[in-house]
Amino acid sequence: MFLNQFLFFAAILFSIGVYGVLTRKNGVLVLLSIELILNAVNINLIAFGAYHQDLSGQVFALFIIAVAAAEVGVGLAIVLLIYRNRRSIDVSEADLLKG
Amino acid sequence: MIFSAENVDAESVAWIFENVWLVPALPALSFFLILFFGKKLPKRGAEIGIFSVGLAFGLAVFATFTWITQINDSQSEKTDESYAALSIEGEPSQKVILTADDGAVRGKPIITEVEWFSIGGSSDSHSEEEAPSETSKENKTAIDSPAIVAIAAEDSSDSEADKSDDYATAHSESDAPAISIGTWVDGQSVMMLFVVTLVSLLVHVYSTDYVHGDRRFTHYFAFLSLFTSAMLFMVLSSSTLQLIVGWELVGVCSFALIGHWWEDKPNSDAALKAFLTNRVGDIGLLIGMTVLYFAADKSFSIEKINQMAVLSGQEGGIDKGLLTIAALCLMAAVMSKSGQFILHTWLPDAMAGPTPVSALIHAATMVVAGVYMIGRLYPVFWEGLTIAGSNINAMALIGAITTVGGGLLAFVQRDIKKVLAYSTVSQLGYMVLALGVGAYTAGMFHLFTHAFFKACLFLGAGSVSHACHHSFDMKADMGGLRKYMPKTFATFMIGSLALAGIPPLAGFWSKDEILAGAGVWPGTGGNGTYYIPFIFGMLTAAMTAAYMTRVIWLTFFGTYRGHEKPHESGSRITIPLIVLAGLASVVGFLNMPSPFVETLGLPKSWAHKFEDWVEPAGIATFVGKANGFTHAKPSLSLAIVATLCAVGAGGAVLAYYKKLYAKDPQATEYSDGFLAKVPPLRAGYAFLTNKYYLDHLYSGVIAAGTKGPVAKAAYWFNQNVLDQVINVAGKLSVFVGRFIYRFIDQGTIDGLVNASGRGASESGESLRQVQSGQVRHYAVMMFAAAALLAAVFMVDF
Repeated sequence: MFLNQFLFFAAILFSIGVYGVLTRKNGVLVLLSIELILNAVNINLIAFGAYHQDLSGQVFALFIIAVAAAEVGVGLAIVLLIYRNRRSIDVSEADLLKG
Repeated sequence: MIFSAENVDAESVAWIFENVWLVPALPALSFFLILFFGKKLPKRGAEIGIFSVGLAFGLAVFATFTWITQINDSQSEKTDESYAALSIEGEPSQKVILTADDGAVRGKPIITEVEWFSIGGSSDSHSEEEAPSETSKENKTAIDSPAIVAIAAEDSSDSEADKSDDYATAHSESDAPAISIGTWVDGQSVMMLFVVTLVSLLVHVYSTDYVHGDRRFTHYFAFLSLFTSAMLFMVLSSSTLQLIVGWELVGVCSFALIGHWWEDKPNSDAALKAFLTNRVGDIGLLIGMTVLYFAADKSFSIEKINQMAVLSGQEGGIDKGLLTIAALCLMAAVMSKSGQFILHTWLPDAMAGPTPVSALIHAATMVVAGVYMIGRLYPVFWEGLTIAGSNINAMALIGAITTVGGGLLAFVQRDIKKVLAYSTVSQLGYMVLALGVGAYTAGMFHLFTHAFFKACLFLGAGSVSHACHHSFDMKADMGGLRKYMPKTFATFMIGSLALAGIPPLAGFWSKDEILAGAGVWPGTGGNGTYYIPFIFGMLTAAMTAAYMTRVIWLTFFGTYRGHEKPHESGSRITIPLIVLAGLASVVGFLNMPSPFVETLGLPKSWAHKFEDWVEPAGIATFVGKANGFTHAKPSLSLAIVATLCAVGAGGAVLAYYKKLYAKDPQATEYSDGFLAKVPPLRAGYAFLTNKYYLDHLYSGVIAAGTKGPVAKAAYWFNQNVLDQVINVAGKLSVFVGRFIYRFIDQGTIDGLVNASGRGASESGESLRQVQSGQVRHYAVMMFAAAALLAAVFMVDF
């Protein structure tokens, strides 16, 4: 079993996702990057599940997919509302909580 | 020792003697009932008082009869052998229970005690363990029986020593600090039970009319009950502590009843005076009893104290010096309570109270408490007050001075009650004189007879005042009342004749016995020769007749000087008068001397019954040990001379007033009599009207003399010491306040508060920078923290 490849792959995917979250200004792309992170985690879970001959990894991944779908739904709704209010979806401009 | 003679079986104690506590308990109960429910009852509480005192009187009569029966029975059981044994032993008057006269049986006290409380912290613990078993009723003794006579007969000097040793060891074992409360039944206390309950009952009945409609009617009856209860409680005391409690309680009741009409200043002043004067004596009582407690191996038991007082100066007895100190202190108490010269001044003022109260408290019962205490602790007083190196007892001198001092003052009073009050002082002096010369029975007998005729006189005076619209002034508002109030007149007359000692009324027998007891008259024997007491006694006998004649003339003869028509009092007033007058006429026969009985051909057992019943077992013996105590022999010539003195003095006064009446029917004194003509007499009169200047001495010299300097000293102390202290304290507190304000409040506390505020604001300012509002920055922090956490985990595992 080649666990390492999957882990490397997932790590690269996670890093790309983190990079996307931290650098992108477009809200939709930030959400997309979050999906990458989640999927990196999914890959890890499935890889470990397969490695341990245990189905619970896959079950977990399914849960995460479902939760991610809900999360994206909420996130896109927020992005949509931001857009409606500001005519822009630049997250660096949404700083109402600035102290 | 006779006092500690063998205890007779408990079952021979009569029911009433074990339960004699009921007698004071009933009026005590009635006190509370009247207090709580009296006002709601139809008679406003009087019925409860009369009922309970009546019941107590019934019990007292029962106790009296039981006592008398027991004495009489044991007297008749006496066998001839015991006489024989006595005469063989020799010196019967010195050593044994039977007195020299005729070998009559004497009663021994029946003591019933329960534990009252205990003083903690006994040094020997074992006695405490044993103590509970002793808490149950302990019946000690009963009437004399032949057994005691036998023991007494074999009495000798070394058996006495044995017994005192036994006593000493027994005492050291039972050093349990338990204080007992109990009842002490002997002739003396039974006699007092009878007198107190009887007079109290009559006074209750009398009062329902006399204080009728009074605003504090219920309160009055409550206090009468409380007084009766307290007096009975005191009379039955078996320990000195109990005696003190009863003593103080009667004092409080006296105070409350003298000041019954306290709205008038003189009345409340009189109450205060009575109370404060009695406090002087009460201090003596407390000190004396405390000294006795320690002197008698830490015992409050009257029995034990008496036993040890008898042995004073010997092994196992109280130290002679201590005994003298204790007796002197107790004598102060007697002087205040029983109106002995110079502490008598409160008693005439106490007449401010309602008249029935004067009759009950200030004539018949409470004022004889001191005399009663002398009788109860007779060994202490006798041994303690016998003047060292002589056969003379100081009590006799105190009594002699009192009896004349009080009698003289009775002459110059306008107020009928004050005459009677000074007469009471004089008669109390007589009793103390009797006890002082060793005539114990005569003193007690005089107490007994005096209670009846003096109560009768006081109630008679009350009846007169009731008729004369509440005035007591003989000169202004009375005169000629004989025609208007025949019953009061008759009873008052009997009372006066009894007081003056005219045979065959009660006062004659008791007074004569006292005069015989002084031992001066040839053929009387007695316990030493008391010239001064005898002369003063004779003088008082004459004076008593004289001033009572004056009272009777001014009140009942001559012309009526009041304003409205007087009237005879109702039956609730006259019936008690008649009862008391009847008793005053007959009680004297209780103690007829044997020669008199023999001459009249009466049964021999009728002679000196009172002596048989009342005189306790120990008296004759212990005084015999000390000073050759014997009963004085009655003397016919003395009786005749004393009576003639009284009749002569009374006749002289009567002649004086008759002459005055012939001259001017309205006059009460000669305007140009001796007083006007002879200056020394005038000075003497002024001396008497000012009551020997004793009140001036007390309030003017002693009180004012101490009050001025004390006030000045107090002022100086206040200005210079107290104010300084307060000033310094004030300044110090201002300084401390400033210091605290400046350094602690401003510096420390405010600094802390400011610093915390500033710290919060500054830290908020710096933390504000972090809060950018950029999601990405938060994400950076989150990822950085997660990375850090991961790094930590990796390093750790």
